[in-house]
Amino acid sequence: MSGGAKLHVRVAEVVPVNDLIKRFRFVTRDGSPMPAFSGGSHTVVEMDDHGTRRLNPYSLMSDPEDTSGYEISVRRDEAGRGGSLFMHTHVQPGMEMVLSHPLNLFQLDGRSRKHLMIAGGIGITPFLAQIKQLTHFGGRFELHYAARNRELGAYTADLKSAHGDRVHLYFDEEGQVIDLKSLLNRQPIGTHLYVCGPKGMLNWVRSTAQAQGWPEASVHFEEFLAPGTGTVFQAQLATSGKTVTVGTHQSLLEAIEAAGVDAPYLCRGGACGQCETNILHCDGTILHRDHWLTPEDQAAGTKIMPCVSRFEGKTLILER
Amino acid sequence: MTKTAFPPSIKSRPVYADLVARPGTYHLVIADGEGAGAVVDLLAGAAEPAVMLAVMHVVYAPGPNGTDEAAVLQALGAAQFYRAPTIAAMLPRIARVLLDAHMGTQFYLAGTEGLIGQAEREIMATGFPHTAIQKEHRGSTVRRVQCVHCKGITESVRTDPFACSHCGLNLFVRDHYSRRIAAFQGVNIDAEDPGLVPAAVERFK
Repeated sequence: MSGGAKLHVRVAEVVPVNDLIKRFRFVTRDGSPMPAFSGGSHTVVEMDDHGTRRLNPYSLMSDPEDTSGYEISVRRDEAGRGGSLFMHTHVQPGMEMVLSHPLNLFQLDGRSRKHLMIAGGIGITPFLAQIKQLTHFGGRFELHYAARNRELGAYTADLKSAHGDRVHLYFDEEGQVIDLKSLLNRQPIGTHLYVCGPKGMLNWVRSTAQAQGWPEASVHFEEFLAPGTGTVFQAQLATSGKTVTVGTHQSLLEAIEAAGVDAPYLCRGGACGQCETNILHCDGTILHRDHWLTPEDQAAGTKIMPCVSRFEGKTLILER
Repeated sequence: MTKTAFPPSIKSRPVYADLVARPGTYHLVIADGEGAGAVVDLLAGAAEPAVMLAVMHVVYAPGPNGTDEAAVLQALGAAQFYRAPTIAAMLPRIARVLLDAHMGTQFYLAGTEGLIGQAEREIMATGFPHTAIQKEHRGSTVRRVQCVHCKGITESVRTDPFACSHCGLNLFVRDHYSRRIAAFQGVNIDAEDPGLVPAAVERFK
């Protein structure tokens, strides 16, 4: 079974954090401990949305050493494909759900002298777990957290009261903006930078860091991509001898799974590389949307990440 | 001095490339011996050498073969220039400079493997990724070798095998390199047949 071993859990708590965000706590059904994880890990939550199987990755925000349960925070996305709406409207305490084991694609670099964290909105969640981890190990960190306004800035009060001056808050509606250039310029050598938030913020932070001479290996980022919509297309699966039709709101990976083919996956957000698939023939254009393939690989057109990428054209034959 | 071409080897053996000017708020250049030539070439290839020199600190020591081009580097006109008598004498200065350094600093190392490895180790200790430190080999190929038995380090090893300067064992010099120790590994060559030691060959010059 692709996706690794599963955790069979029960929803212990559903807590509204603000108008857009709800927090969910999961515990094992048999009372056994959950596996410990490392700050920055995510879990893939399986949802049965009235017949539609949804698998969405969410960052774990609870203490990595707390094996009594996992917590995630989900922001409701009205325009999304429906995973976050399902979590908000259908998931109730007592419900049984299935999670993947934690997977970390956004881990702290333990060699660094200092961890500089930049969060935007719901992008705060992996940092909550990382900060708890650093509190146990005594690591040095500084968090810069931007949200639309005070009401939507989740966990700001907790962070501020627990960590004081290490936490810097910015509210868009009050005209507060991170002075990024100056912030990056005054970091001691050996600092590692971590950023999680909306795409615009990621691009802004990564390009500013690069322009100011920060090495790529010192800049860590996480963005789970939603598969995105597109035109309907067909793909032939050479190994399994099937042809799948990918709907407008469906991902190629989901269409492959719906055809009964057990394709590998982990993050389902274009980040981990697990679902990489060879292209045997392509008469058309691959719409690469992942963070995994190098620009050279994407240009070569011999590989595709079916969790987020799509195709437009006549014929696509995959080795799957 | 031409650049050094090393024969293909195992994965752990360090490889080197030409120094290239990169955008940065500060440039720390550390060189020994013939590495001075790489620094001259670095600036010759830079788009704005004057801008770079204004925020550049050059630290230099003569090479293990006696090559001393300190005058050439001093004449470049970097904001700071320091000539150390030896690599060992230069390391505390590098550590002190790193205490005040900020992200945005670019590192350029040039010269022998002993210089490159030890300077890299100081920089890595801050958490800076070693993959972002530029390294160009020039000059002598003598090696800094750690005896895997007594852990003692022998500098400027020329022959293979050689006698460990600490415990006296006859050591075969491997290409197996430790970035953490900044040294190649030397393994006893006559452990099974004591005294049966192949003739020493001058492999490193």
